[in-house]
Amino acid sequence: MARRYDSRTTIFSPEGRLFQVEYAMEAISHAGTVLAVLSKEGIAMAAEKKVTGKLLDLSLAPGGEKMGGEGTEAWMGGGGEKIFLLNNNILAGLAGITSDANSLVNFARNSAQRHLFTYDEDIPVEMLVQRLCDMKQGYTQFGGLRPFGVALLYMGWDPIYGFQLYQSDPSGNYSGWKATCIGSNHSSATSLLKQDYKEDLTLEDAKALCLKVMSKTMDSTKLSSEKLEFATMTLHPTSKQPLSKIYRPSELDGLLRDLELGGTAEDSVGAMEGTGGGGGGNVAIST
Amino acid sequence: MECAFGITGKDYVLLCSDMAAGRSIIRMKSDENKIKALGPHLAMAYGGEPGDTNNFAEYVERNMRLYHIRNHYPLLPASASAWIRRTLAESIRSRNPYAVNLLLAGYDTTTSKPHLYWIDYLGTKAVVPYAAHGMGVYVSLSTMDKWWFNDMNKREGVEVLKKCIDEVQKRITVHFNFNCILIDKDGIHNINIDSQDPLAELESESKAASGDIVVDAPNSPLDVGVTA
Repeated sequence: MARRYDSRTTIFSPEGRLFQVEYAMEAISHAGTVLAVLSKEGIAMAAEKKVTGKLLDLSLAPGGEKMGGEGTEAWMGGGGEKIFLLNNNILAGLAGITSDANSLVNFARNSAQRHLFTYDEDIPVEMLVQRLCDMKQGYTQFGGLRPFGVALLYMGWDPIYGFQLYQSDPSGNYSGWKATCIGSNHSSATSLLKQDYKEDLTLEDAKALCLKVMSKTMDSTKLSSEKLEFATMTLHPTSKQPLSKIYRPSELDGLLRDLELGGTAEDSVGAMEGTGGGGGGNVAIST
Repeated sequence: MECAFGITGKDYVLLCSDMAAGRSIIRMKSDENKIKALGPHLAMAYGGEPGDTNNFAEYVERNMRLYHIRNHYPLLPASASAWIRRTLAESIRSRNPYAVNLLLAGYDTTTSKPHLYWIDYLGTKAVVPYAAHGMGVYVSLSTMDKWWFNDMNKREGVEVLKKCIDEVQKRITVHFNFNCILIDKDGIHNINIDSQDPLAELESESKAASGDIVVDAPNSPLDVGVTA
């Protein structure tokens, strides 16, 4: 019976639900985990990479050792799958259908540059979140289209509110958080974050908490850069301007070794197995 | 026949404009307010083609208000200046351009710094410590060059402004009345520049209020915050 209302994104079911939007959210809860923790000194974000495998050719794609980095180098991207720099002051982690995510990233970067053009300042974080959510909401209302199967975590800094962390989902809702998580196992990760979050975290604490929770929610016991992307948003020590950093694989492995959570190639379980989330064939890859 | 001044100090900015309105040699009004408050810490003094001036000033005012309502915080002076400059730059390339020159003064509450921008109808923007528009330019810039220095306190700033006005009254054949405001961390304050001690009222006010925000500006902006 419910099938009658399934195919129409913009039609309410008799129970007052929008099935396509709910299915989109369901798709995201199978995607790789993305979590972030806010502190006074900055924000840390970790994301689980789903598309790995020894036959996958990453030599030309972002994800090589040369990619990632600090400041403008962060535009080069990290793993190129989950964490993107949207603007100088805003990093985003995405969970869901990769192709949808790419188009949202493009839209976000466009909006940010448009704001820079008119106001000669970096776009305030919440404003960019609103821009994206307005667009996402549009696809839940106007006819015949599929909603974006993407949830995002945004971490950014602006002069008005300082460091901020937001989450948005396919319905176009968004909310601000001190620590939050999207993707698979998000409910268990959120309760772990709730347990261990403290108000006076340092950035180092936030990074450690991020990776600790990540290691508990991921299947593999040992973490490594093969399966993980990592980024921070801080302020430059002298100029006090936002400084984004997407970790290079070697840097991330170093951090993981320091925290004794893995970081050595031979320890990494689960990597190189080719667990492309889309299942067989060339269907939409959910990451 | 217009003149407007702006002077920045340590933690405030002064904005002053004449109050004349008329055509050619005829004055029709000597109490026209040509300073508009654009936000809690932002104001502009404008001049140029009559009609265009009010129209453009209201357009800017409404857009600043809209931004404030949408985002719950006002545009910072730097970004407001960029928006106004862009608007004028687009206007000059349109079929019916605005002929409006303005001085934009604001106090950046995030960095606690005063800002002053000199903007003209061509879409030129200059970030300046002190500036003038109109006839007053010819006699007051040299005065400001001589007497202005970094990090002036309020009294010193008002002193420089008074010197400029004296110069205008002395050298320019037309007599002007002046309208003056001061923007600091507490917002926009009216100042009677003709009185013996223009800051006396302001100082007693801030003592009495002690921390309360005093926004007593010409066309003071509405508080868009929601109260229970």
